[in-house]
Amino acid sequence: MHQTLSLIPALPLAGFLILSLLGRRLPNRLVALIGAGVISAAAIIAIWLGISFLQAPPDSGAYSVELWRWMSVANFNCSFSLHVDALSLVFVFVITFVGALIHIYSAGFMKHDRDYARFFASMNLFVCAMLLLVMADNLVLLYLGWEGVGLCSYLLIGFWYETTANVQAANKAFYITRVGDTAMAIGFFLLFRELGTLDIPAIQKLAPEHFTSGSPIITAIALLLLAGGMGKSAQVPLQTWLPDAMAGPSPVSALIHAATMVTAGVYLVARMHVLFQLSPLVMSITAVIGALTLFIAGCSAMVQTDIKRILAYSTISQVGYMFLALGVGAWSAGVFHFFTHAFFKALLFLAAGAVIESLHHEHGIFKMGGLKNKMPLVFYTFLAGAAALAALPLITAGFFSKDQVLWYALSANGGNPLLWIVALLGAFITAFYTTRLMLVVFWGTEKTHVGELPGRLMTLPLVILAILSICAGFIEWPHNMLHITLFSDLVQKVLPPVVEAEPVPSEALFQLIAVVATFSGVFVGYLLYRKNTSIIESWKQTPAMVWLRDFFYTGWKFDELYNILFVRPFVFITQLNKQDVIDKIYAGIVSLFQRLNGIFSVSQDGSVRTYVIGVLIGIIFILALQLIL
Amino acid sequence: MILIWMIIILLAGGILCWLLSKSNSPAIKWIALLAVLIDLVLLLNIWLQHGQGLTANTGNWMIQYQSAWIPSFGISFHVAMDGLSLILVMLTFFLGTLAVLCSWKEIEKRAGFYYFNLLWTLAGITGVFVALDLFLFYFFWEVMLVPMYLLILIWGDKNRRYAAYKFFIFTQAGGLLMLISILALYFIHGAQSGTYTYDYLSLLGTRIDPSVAKWIMMGFMIAFVIKLPMVPFHNWLPDAHSEAPTAGSLILAGLLLKTGAYGIIRFVLPLFQQYAADIAWWAMLFGVIGVIYGAMMAFAQTDLKRLIAYTSVSHMGFVLTGIFAFREIAMQGVIMQIITHGISTGALFVLAGMIKERLHTRDISQMGGLWSYMPAMGGAAMLFTMASLGLPALGNFIAEFLILLGTFQANPTFTVLASTGLVFSALYSLRLMQKVFLGPPNAPHKVNDISGREFIILAALSISIVLLGLFPQAVLDVAGKVISNKLYVIR
Repeated sequence: MHQTLSLIPALPLAGFLILSLLGRRLPNRLVALIGAGVISAAAIIAIWLGISFLQAPPDSGAYSVELWRWMSVANFNCSFSLHVDALSLVFVFVITFVGALIHIYSAGFMKHDRDYARFFASMNLFVCAMLLLVMADNLVLLYLGWEGVGLCSYLLIGFWYETTANVQAANKAFYITRVGDTAMAIGFFLLFRELGTLDIPAIQKLAPEHFTSGSPIITAIALLLLAGGMGKSAQVPLQTWLPDAMAGPSPVSALIHAATMVTAGVYLVARMHVLFQLSPLVMSITAVIGALTLFIAGCSAMVQTDIKRILAYSTISQVGYMFLALGVGAWSAGVFHFFTHAFFKALLFLAAGAVIESLHHEHGIFKMGGLKNKMPLVFYTFLAGAAALAALPLITAGFFSKDQVLWYALSANGGNPLLWIVALLGAFITAFYTTRLMLVVFWGTEKTHVGELPGRLMTLPLVILAILSICAGFIEWPHNMLHITLFSDLVQKVLPPVVEAEPVPSEALFQLIAVVATFSGVFVGYLLYRKNTSIIESWKQTPAMVWLRDFFYTGWKFDELYNILFVRPFVFITQLNKQDVIDKIYAGIVSLFQRLNGIFSVSQDGSVRTYVIGVLIGIIFILALQLIL
Repeated sequence: MILIWMIIILLAGGILCWLLSKSNSPAIKWIALLAVLIDLVLLLNIWLQHGQGLTANTGNWMIQYQSAWIPSFGISFHVAMDGLSLILVMLTFFLGTLAVLCSWKEIEKRAGFYYFNLLWTLAGITGVFVALDLFLFYFFWEVMLVPMYLLILIWGDKNRRYAAYKFFIFTQAGGLLMLISILALYFIHGAQSGTYTYDYLSLLGTRIDPSVAKWIMMGFMIAFVIKLPMVPFHNWLPDAHSEAPTAGSLILAGLLLKTGAYGIIRFVLPLFQQYAADIAWWAMLFGVIGVIYGAMMAFAQTDLKRLIAYTSVSHMGFVLTGIFAFREIAMQGVIMQIITHGISTGALFVLAGMIKERLHTRDISQMGGLWSYMPAMGGAAMLFTMASLGLPALGNFIAEFLILLGTFQANPTFTVLASTGLVFSALYSLRLMQKVFLGPPNAPHKVNDISGREFIILAALSISIVLLGLFPQAVLDVAGKVISNKLYVIR
């Protein structure tokens, strides 16, 4: 059992090593077989592990294995150890399972690419890094996975490296997440100074004894860790890299947005919940950031025209919901939303990739249209994903998770009406932009000719994910409807149950309000983009609306702000000092000596008369000195 | 005695190369390679013999040899090896082997004299790492300087004269200050105890008047921080690195800089512990300045080798900060940084040399998209830029993480400032990748990917940087015995 644990990350790693070292010499079929095969094998092992975990949970609540001692210096010890408890298990399952589907899809999607092996090598490494992140037993190993994820996102966003814009997008993703990572690392240093260990189980045990709730030091630690999470999970103000990350191939987007990377922050906060609980202030900050993010990104998603950009902003917004849930103390609800979101967001990106590929790399939704009949399978699967994103009640997985988040945003101990209203507004916005996306792309008239339809390798993952986007929510029902709470039962082995504030009456009423918000979002979308398109036309004539659209379109001008605040000053200063001002000091010394040399060398003119005069002056000088002294 | 043999093999090999230089036969490079390889094997043997014993209590010095040299002045040929020396000499022979291999095709002109200088520099560096007599130490310090000066002056690039002079004058200025300090120490100790000796172990116990001690220490310090280099004494480095031949840059970055760090650890801290603690705050400050300043300079450069040279300034800033934190964790990080920086930056210089051989330029604005032509070299470059920006699983991460973790216990503010180096290192590293290997392909003519010989060099470097990242404990154990000594750590 314990040894098989290490196979889960080892298999993708083996895939990476084989493909990166030998990949260019292998035929494409074999490359795909290895690339997708290792992840599928890891997924099967993970599922088997999950089943045995559910049937007979280990006494300690976790499977763990120490592979080797990594570093041991003075009082600092850390090992290459894996530790899988219920929370990790959920993440391991999603990463390997969704990851495997994405890999299978990629075998078809990337088949014409000349760097086939490099693609699968990077994807395998991505999965490996993410697995290490969630299986790590100490924060240093977690950091290894964390940075590995950053590296792989960089490699894959910039996969088509010959276009400068892609490379810049990749760099941006790395830079911005690195800012968060560095903050997180400082948090680790602080944590180590306080507790003398970076082992996660030890921290969970020691922290409540060591820290007093709300003390400045625990607040600083939690804030620093939160900053790390915000970088990777693209939360305001570190969200700007994610929309640009669309430069990578569509399966990469699916992997980044659904199974890996952006959920790392959610995992970190959930994993370190002991520390966060000790700092109510940071909990509130987490919730507020989540709420802000879900609103800001949602607004931007409403006006995007690139199909993948819409989805990217929707990811930021949905991860915002997860942070909101974590922040109000509804731990399992946050993780549950991650769980359902993984399926429908992977589905949406893969389906969008299929659309883009069939339309000859067209990204603009207004150049699409009428695909409902041309690509029926993609349409129906996309519809399932979109419905889940919009959280249509009772028939989609997204509803079950989002309903919980909304409810706890109001009723949990850390919740309040304001957070609930923002979340509600977000639900409306989500339903609106999802409807807009569906109507513009799949209804209406055909604007671009549909080329080759996706093959079976690509459609099979779509169908599986579509089924899960509908059904995955049934394992956890709102408690006023059915008493099925399989998911929260599992993760609450690790995460504390939500503490509700004084009972808020009539949960059903608030659910109804949420449902109304969702449907009105759908209706407004329908009204504006199908029924009466002249309203939009009239807005295009209104300066205020045009400005607002532009403001949302550019992501609330964050990029421009960062350009002015950081990028330009940095480039300016570095360019100014390119020649190294300190070198001027030494050059000055050199020229001083040269000048002195010029002055003194006058005395060496080769004429005997000058020398005799010099000698005489010297003699007189010495004699004079002797007389005086 | 084995230590002496190692140095003699290098010196003799060098002389042999020079003698054969008239014939200009291919045997020259084989002799050079053989000389370093024999040393490498001898040293591996020592490691295997004594490596285990290190964890047991056998004392710090595993090998010691002493014989009189100029007894009337108290100068003896005292060499010894402890864990710290072992690691550094290992690095010397490892990079030395690769240095010979990188020169294989690059050096056509006056090959015999070239390999003479190369081997003598290596001999000098080895001597520096094992000498336990201060006069001997100074002697080796000079032995490594002059041949390196010649390497730059004769086989360097266009601006080689300027770079060689600058390198020589900077290092020599520091060297002279150190000589004065050594003499001062010699006389003070002699006057006190009656025995005039340059022996390190005897001098350790010298009691010096505080007002004088500070100045004597500064003599050593300045010599070492020029070598390290510390901002603002770093200006020799970008010129020397960028003008030197590939092997020269490799040895400069990989080894010569490390003599500075070694000197501080071996001499400044044990001889002047109290006074070293007094300047700790300033030393850490300058370390942090170096981290940030070097990174910002690296970001602006357009000359590939100059860019890499400035990253060294940044990375060595971590070393200075880490040493003066006086914490065991940080000091272990420093040792790791010395090794891993040698490997990763050395590798980057090797890559820069390979690129220059193909494109005949160091200007990154004339490069771009090289990955398309040379995926294998691109992969290697990606690995080492990632090492340079401190990606975990590679050796440099262990180093910088331990340094920061340890330094945080001593001075959180400086640690936070130094941590920004992690962000800056990402900035210059990714810019480097983007300008050289990514972006639209921009090569004047078809270039070939790496050859078999180049593959061996890069593979050796790659494997070692990964192993150091995953199994650093092997190195930590070897150095641990020395580092946990009370001389280096203030508890």
